[in-house]
Amino acid sequence: MARRDYSMLGSDARRAVETGLATAEWYHTDIPRKDMKALMKRTDSPAIQDTLILFGCMAVFAAVAIALWPSWVAVPFWLAYGVLYGSAMDSRWHECGHGTAFKTPWMNDAVYQIASFCMVRNPVTWRWSHARHHTDTIIVGRDPEIVAMRPPALIRILLNVFGILDALNGWKRMLLNASGRLDPEEATFIPEQEHPKVVRVARIWTVIYAATLASALLAQSWIPLLFIGLPRLYGAWHHVMTGVLQHAGLADNVLDHRLNSRTVYMNPVSRFIYWNMNYHVEHHMFPMVPYHRLPELHEMIKHDLPEPNPSIFAAYAEVWPALKRQLRYEDYFLRRDLPATARPYREDLHADALGIPAE
Amino acid sequence: MAQWIDACATDDIEEEDLIRFDHDGHTFAIYRSPDDEYFCTDGLCTHENVHLEDGLVMDYVIECPKHNGQFDYRTGEAKRAPVCVNLGTYPVRVEDGRVLIEV
Ligand code: FES
Repeated sequence: MARRDYSMLGSDARRAVETGLATAEWYHTDIPRKDMKALMKRTDSPAIQDTLILFGCMAVFAAVAIALWPSWVAVPFWLAYGVLYGSAMDSRWHECGHGTAFKTPWMNDAVYQIASFCMVRNPVTWRWSHARHHTDTIIVGRDPEIVAMRPPALIRILLNVFGILDALNGWKRMLLNASGRLDPEEATFIPEQEHPKVVRVARIWTVIYAATLASALLAQSWIPLLFIGLPRLYGAWHHVMTGVLQHAGLADNVLDHRLNSRTVYMNPVSRFIYWNMNYHVEHHMFPMVPYHRLPELHEMIKHDLPEPNPSIFAAYAEVWPALKRQLRYEDYFLRRDLPATARPYREDLHADALGIPAE
Repeated sequence: MAQWIDACATDDIEEEDLIRFDHDGHTFAIYRSPDDEYFCTDGLCTHENVHLEDGLVMDYVIECPKHNGQFDYRTGEAKRAPVCVNLGTYPVRVEDGRVLIEV
């Protein structure tokens, strides 16, 4: 197979549209409408509680870190603050972007705006890019959010453990957007009427960063930068660690989320930071289900899914050898067994789209 | 020419829910609101043509199951990105326990 072209404007993008792989019908496990309605039901209280805990912890960690500054004893508090800023905000951005975390729209929107700022993801641009990720999950040339490409861009992932590429790109893009322009790739998935909103947000952010930088210079202190901006770098590791597991090593260009997404059982702290996105097959199949109902959804459909990885460590034990193998042979991917109770993988869906006989 | 079509029984739709109704190559969504009124819109989301039948009705809003775009199903108005184009709506009347739509 020819080398994959991940550009939204490249040959794989054109091929996906021509063959019908793009915007296609995906496999879903059957769930009675009554049960699904119950799972989709919105409520405010779990997310209000989690948000109070999150912002409360951030305030306490930052306050202690500032109080102890410049002693080395401050470091663990900055690191704890950083992981909530640079990683927990990733999942808040995600859930509130779907609009499922809270029942009340303004609460979703408020947390979405704050989380987008922390993650340096323009809230307008990324709403559209994430919609595309759900339409065309891991379809090469269509999905703008593929983390582990083939061959895997390991250096890129490693740099992003410290937020380096993603945050720098985010800031670069912010300045481009603030100047009134959009990148040609993002213009492929953002409708024109939304372009002014992209620019407006970028300008507001630029002012906030300028003010932060100015206060750091005026006070001759690192504290303003450790508080705003830099935590996107030194706190990014957890969201990269969990995010890589979502799809890495699995199939691409398929139309059954059981083939390209991974569910991993995780410890409660990681689940709080990640807002239950470890139930990732479930989330992709049914994005209407709020994060706090995903464990129930998982129980309901696990008979139809590959066995989840029992821990983050176990998941990496599966992913790492697969990525290493993909370095040499990029067409390799993991095809996990389904339990006897599951319906077979719907390989016919993508095979039909590509005009190839299914196995 | 517009005509009234018998779409379903009033009891076929739960309160604050919808069903899909296909007629003459066109797919519709028929809603029963929390205060027991009936409404009808096009059955496919204007974002990426996904059937709204698996979506969630909350008060007077239908949320699309694919990307959580929202419409007011009384007017068809697009309320939340990624939907930008309004849904078509159709007149509805209830007669003898049946829901009729004008298409
Ligand atoms: S298909 Fe309905 S919101 Fe995207």
